[in-house]
Amino acid sequence: MSEWTGRPAERSAEDDYLDGNALAGPLSEVFAIDITAALGTCGTCGDRRAVAEAHLYVNAPAKILRCPSCGGVLLRLDERGGRVILDLSGFTQLTIEVR
Amino acid sequence: MGIVSSGFQGRRKRDLPGVPPGQYVTEDFPVLSAGPTPRIERDDWVFSLRTESGTGRHWDWNVFMSLPQEDVTADLHCVTSWSKLGTHWRGVPVDAVLNGVDTQAEFALFYSYGGYTTNLPLSDVLGGRAWLVHEFDGADLPPEHGGPVRLLVPHLYLWKSAKWVRGVELIPQDRPGFWESRGYHLHGDPWREERYG
Repeated sequence: MSEWTGRPAERSAEDDYLDGNALAGPLSEVFAIDITAALGTCGTCGDRRAVAEAHLYVNAPAKILRCPSCGGVLLRLDERGGRVILDLSGFTQLTIEVR
Repeated sequence: MGIVSSGFQGRRKRDLPGVPPGQYVTEDFPVLSAGPTPRIERDDWVFSLRTESGTGRHWDWNVFMSLPQEDVTADLHCVTSWSKLGTHWRGVPVDAVLNGVDTQAEFALFYSYGGYTTNLPLSDVLGGRAWLVHEFDGADLPPEHGGPVRLLVPHLYLWKSAKWVRGVELIPQDRPGFWESRGYHLHGDPWREERYG
């Protein structure tokens, strides 16, 4: 059904996304490191760049981080009822600097 | 934890008739979107139907507009807890699109421009319960609310009313869509608070 997945939609000036830096706050409650500095590899197109550079959609039932190259979903952050549900399945790899 | 989503602020009206549990009424029409807003011209828009046997139908804008049209007044209920009452739409009942289609399928998966999908039992989109709408409040449906055409299934949470809809596949077994595969309920009845799967 690949022809049904739709072409990557073009961004318009009205699109309401933040950059991935906006994840730093909520994810600081989950990770000891700043995950937005990690290099992530997109599972859809293979593009590799900092999490902070990805596009974060917050006006949705859950926060959705998308690849700026192909629009594929990289991460879902769902905060409900005192729990954080983190879905990282859109990345094939995260490279995290540790000191 | 300090990470509770602020959500959308509206006048808190709870426990009103017509308002499902856990919902509040807003006069606004919040725009929720998990991705970029596709800009689809009506001349480029096509709606496609595919059955479980692989047969298909397609409607371009002019043919779509020649189908029966209905005016619909409906209450909307978003899983993020806001409800908007008495909204006015115009569009084609899903019954008209599926009229005469030979299928044994019990489920439908709707596809949108931009890649969004959502699954529904056929029984929830037939019998005058769902529409492909192209007008809101007497005007063309704007892109931010799903124009040129969105699905409207007002008796289920609004994520089922797929924006920028482009097609439907009839499937024998239920298959989760975008939000349903990410932890949301396969069905989404607001009166049963079917929020999460």
